[in-house]
Amino acid sequence: MSWLSRTALPVLAVLAAVVALWYAGAVLLNAPWERDQAARAGTEIGLAELVANTMHQDRPVLPAPHQVAAEIWETTAEKRITSKRSLVYHASITLSATLVGFALGVGLGMLLAIGIVHNRAMGLSVMPWVIASQTVPILAVAPMIIVVLYNLGVQGLLAKAAISAYLSFFPVVVAMAKGLRAPDRMALDLMATWNASPAQVFWKLRLPAALPYLFPALKVAISIALVGAIIGELPTGSQGGFGARMLNGSYYGQVLIIWSALIGAACCAAVLVGLIGLIERLVLKAMGGRAWAG
Amino acid sequence: MSGAGPVSGQLAPGAAALSTAVEARGLSLTFETGDGPVEALKGVDLSIARGDFVSFIGPSGCGKTTFLRCIAGLEHPTGGSLEVNGLTPDAARRARAYGYVFQAPALLPWRTIGGNIRLPLEIMGVPKPERMARTGEVLALVGLDGFARKYPWQLSGGMQSRASIARALSFDADLLLMDEPFGALDEIVRDHLNEALLELWARTGKTVCFVTHSIPEAVFLSTRIVVMSPRPGRIADVIESPLGRERPLEIRETPEFLEVARRVREGLRAGHSYDD
Repeated sequence: MSWLSRTALPVLAVLAAVVALWYAGAVLLNAPWERDQAARAGTEIGLAELVANTMHQDRPVLPAPHQVAAEIWETTAEKRITSKRSLVYHASITLSATLVGFALGVGLGMLLAIGIVHNRAMGLSVMPWVIASQTVPILAVAPMIIVVLYNLGVQGLLAKAAISAYLSFFPVVVAMAKGLRAPDRMALDLMATWNASPAQVFWKLRLPAALPYLFPALKVAISIALVGAIIGELPTGSQGGFGARMLNGSYYGQVLIIWSALIGAACCAAVLVGLIGLIERLVLKAMGGRAWAG
Repeated sequence: MSGAGPVSGQLAPGAAALSTAVEARGLSLTFETGDGPVEALKGVDLSIARGDFVSFIGPSGCGKTTFLRCIAGLEHPTGGSLEVNGLTPDAARRARAYGYVFQAPALLPWRTIGGNIRLPLEIMGVPKPERMARTGEVLALVGLDGFARKYPWQLSGGMQSRASIARALSFDADLLLMDEPFGALDEIVRDHLNEALLELWARTGKTVCFVTHSIPEAVFLSTRIVVMSPRPGRIADVIESPLGRERPLEIRETPEFLEVARRVREGLRAGHSYDD
């Protein structure tokens, strides 16, 4: 009951509001075409008929939620997952690039943060470049990265993963650089009185202290890793993935395909973030249970 | 890591034969700050005998904590000499000659009380069975049996202080450096822990250096009281306590106790500690 009222109800309330707005938007945006049609046919169209018609146009400006839901159902449950028209097939392609890129990005972010915290020269010089790397508009740079990597012999999944990694290392560096510095002077002095080695200070003090900072960053990192993978699919003319699906939809004016790919990607992001939240809860529970640093 | 042997064997060779635990001669420490040099310690001469309970008392900035940190090798003197167990402070630190108790318990929140006490032992490479045995021993010593599996937040402030003392005792160093360990606790808990600390000192025979700015606490606990004064940090007076080693709390009402307290206060006044 408490889970229902605390977590489920607010989420459902927001969802209901979004769906209501969406329907209103569909009516507003699709109505001009209906009026146009009526005018051409020389007939008058009543409000009830107008609203009803905007709900199931073949080529709507903004498809109604139930149209997108039907499209998603058709392209997931009713298609073999190996089919090129299955959304599950496209999701699996994007997700594999996302996960590889996320892993690379998190690894890179951790290594940079360790360097920043332990090496004075790195601590002074790396952060501005890390920040500069994120001010570059990724949509403009992605094609160049893909081309450069292609000429280096890297393509397909790894090229997309590189863009995911490029985006997702950033929150990890920032959070870990902060988290690894979280232990106070006293805790560090204590380690010194025990003559602990730098490696022992890292594994027994700095890393555990950084974990509460790491997880929120991982949530951000995995969702932008997904965005990065989709962006990576746009310029490559790749045959699979949410990005390719969206591009296809836009070539053929199939708004429904774009929207179902969008919703599919959003659902994947929600699941990934949820998974990290679950791991976070398990890890922090194993580390003393009470919210001690968050 | 070094130190795979039994912890008690990690004392510097021959240290047990020495009668002085700490020997300072003309010790000075000057910090270079933005406002010019600050003399945290100047010309400190002090010899601490093995088994003594020495309190350092004085106002803020008198260098009592700095002196303790010098003994621990956490600060490096800029003049004079300092020996701990006949070694340089750094060598003594590497030989794990002392346990340090800070102002706050500084227990790692993600480790249980037992886990916190085992941490120095893990770092020193003590084998697991011995780690477990020692945790039990020192928890009993500070009166926390049965709390090994609790997390720090589940304990009161006084209990956390006990746990931090247990941690400093876990590797059986024979010197205990305590920097205002009970400063943040209320009077009642403090009395209780003072009694417990005396009992522990009597039982283990360790040398204790204890920083405080409470006169009754210093007089109640110590065999010697080092009165310090600020600007520059120096020793104003060293008072040998005439009180015996058996000290019930009621001793604080006796004329002998009040006489020692009066002398401490005089020493503080002579060092201009009441000027501002």
